Amino acid sequence: MVGYIVRRTLQALIVTFLVTLFTLLLVHLLPGGPIRGLLGPRATPAQIAYYDHIYGFDRPIWVQYGKWVWQLLHGNLGYSAKNNQTVTSEIAEYMPKTVVLALLGTAVSLIFGIPLGVYQAVKRYTFGDYALTGVSFIGYATPTFFVGLLLVQWFAISLHWFPPFAPNSTTVLGVLAQPQALVLPVLAYAFVLYALWSRYMRSSVMDNLVQDYVRTARAKGASERRVLWGHVFRNSLTAIVTLLGLSLPTLVAGAIFIEVVFNYPGMGLAFFNAAQNFDFETLLGFTIIATLATIIGNLLADIGYAVLDPRVRYS
Amino acid sequence: MTMLPPGADPSLAHGHTAIAEAEYVEVAAGGPLVTAKPRGMLRRGWEVFAESKLALIGLGIVVFMVLFCFIGPLLYHTDQVHTDLSQTLCTPSGKHPLGCDPVGYDVLGRLMIGGQTSLEVGFAAAIVSVLIGTLYGAISGFVGGTFDSLLMRIVDAGLSIPYIMVIIILSVIFHPSPAIMIFIIAAFYWLGVARLVRGETLTLRTREYVQAVKVIGGGRLRSVVRHIVPNAIGTIIVQATFAVADSILILSGLGFLGLGVNAPATDWGSMLSGGLQYMQGGNYWWLIYPAGLAIIITCIAFNFIGDALRDAFETRLQRR
Repeated sequence: MVGYIVRRTLQALIVTFLVTLFTLLLVHLLPGGPIRGLLGPRATPAQIAYYDHIYGFDRPIWVQYGKWVWQLLHGNLGYSAKNNQTVTSEIAEYMPKTVVLALLGTAVSLIFGIPLGVYQAVKRYTFGDYALTGVSFIGYATPTFFVGLLLVQWFAISLHWFPPFAPNSTTVLGVLAQPQALVLPVLAYAFVLYALWSRYMRSSVMDNLVQDYVRTARAKGASERRVLWGHVFRNSLTAIVTLLGLSLPTLVAGAIFIEVVFNYPGMGLAFFNAAQNFDFETLLGFTIIATLATIIGNLLADIGYAVLDPRVRYS
Repeated sequence: MTMLPPGADPSLAHGHTAIAEAEYVEVAAGGPLVTAKPRGMLRRGWEVFAESKLALIGLGIVVFMVLFCFIGPLLYHTDQVHTDLSQTLCTPSGKHPLGCDPVGYDVLGRLMIGGQTSLEVGFAAAIVSVLIGTLYGAISGFVGGTFDSLLMRIVDAGLSIPYIMVIIILSVIFHPSPAIMIFIIAAFYWLGVARLVRGETLTLRTREYVQAVKVIGGGRLRSVVRHIVPNAIGTIIVQATFAVADSILILSGLGFLGLGVNAPATDWGSMLSGGLQYMQGGNYWWLIYPAGLAIIITCIAFNFIGDALRDAFETRLQRR
């Protein structure tokens, strides 16, 4: 087990190295280099050379990389000249709110996705199964932002049940204080994820139902209920653990679109605004944080999977 | 927009296929076979595919969409270059069946030219990413060892970056034309394909007919291009189908954020970005439903086709 964790952590470190390298290269993809991005199209070559020197962009790439990683390790993600604040403080301001949205959305989608996936597997090829499969197909094929638009159109503008905009507050408590306004963003977020969980739960339960251990359990006289929830369900759940780790990029993408549609003041909206303002320090800082979160998420999911399923450890 | 987490997909195991068998027998006999024509994998696949109603519905929808977008403008003429402010947000009528958008473009005509971009970028991004991913994955899996580990860590690294963030950054940097858009989307999508094909290659490279290539002196490239890739074609085609749907979704997302193709060109997602601002002002349903439904229906169609193809190529499920 320890060996597996060490091996897996080493892999994650290599991946982290590659990712940071790639992100640094992205800075140099900017037309005219990062300083032109900062100073705008009318900067003279002399000015650019001057600031290149100050910022150290005229040094060899590995020196830049070393300095950049050193700063990263000290929590310095850069400085947003457009917003006049450090990227770290931006993240501290916006991230908690996005985490709230993502947690609520994921929780709601799991609450619906897992039981309905099990239901579909047990009642496979019945009308209920086909109907729910249809729902998941729509979930796969609908852009996240369009789900948001439809919810606003139906439940906010036509029916006036909920406000069309998300809570606008600077603090997490302020956001939670307006649960009415949170309903639509969370539902939109959950719908797209629901399709993912229910599809995987369905196929995972169906795979497990034909395993030998199920036959053994039945032969020993276990009730259908015990076979399903005591044996099959627990074994099927391991797939969801891995999937949760793997879907962090999907969660991030969902957050960006939902936050833009509902004007929810989180990292996604801040990221979108930074894209419109060509605020590359913010864009790259957010990207690297989301990426590191994904790597750690994958690592934890793999370790969790190894804890749940002893076979993984020895392969 | 739910892009399947790559690698979560259970890879499909293919048996020793009829294509390879036929080749082998042909060589041994020194001439073409006189017996009944061998039923190739593609042909068998098509038969299973054609039995699925959903697959045919999906195929029908895709054909319809292609005709609608590419032949439609020849029959239904609209000016999609010059804005017409006298027609701003006009309600659907005989002259404009789906009304007009905020700058006076006819929505039905716009749906056609927007669909051209969406479909073109979707197909092209899928083809580019599948080509790159297939070669990368097949070579990585075939060579194996440290080389394989290194190549796969690169794929892991790419997949750890939330793709949408980098795609947004690249769109901001390059102010993309549709052609650049294809490469921006493919730049991320090939990673998942590479991982799948590599998994497939790992199981294929130990097969006797691949070993036999080595024994009779065939090069590595030959093994990969002539034997491993054709036998992994099922996985590849299924993946390509889903790739079209995902690329259309990604493009629509960028368009919605206002980072898509530049006006007067448009795509289905960009059409929705305009609709958002006017939703509060009144019931302008024609600004959201046509483009939104076009995206959903097209993507569902590709998912139907992909699912049916998956069943078709899943040799374990086939009657032999």
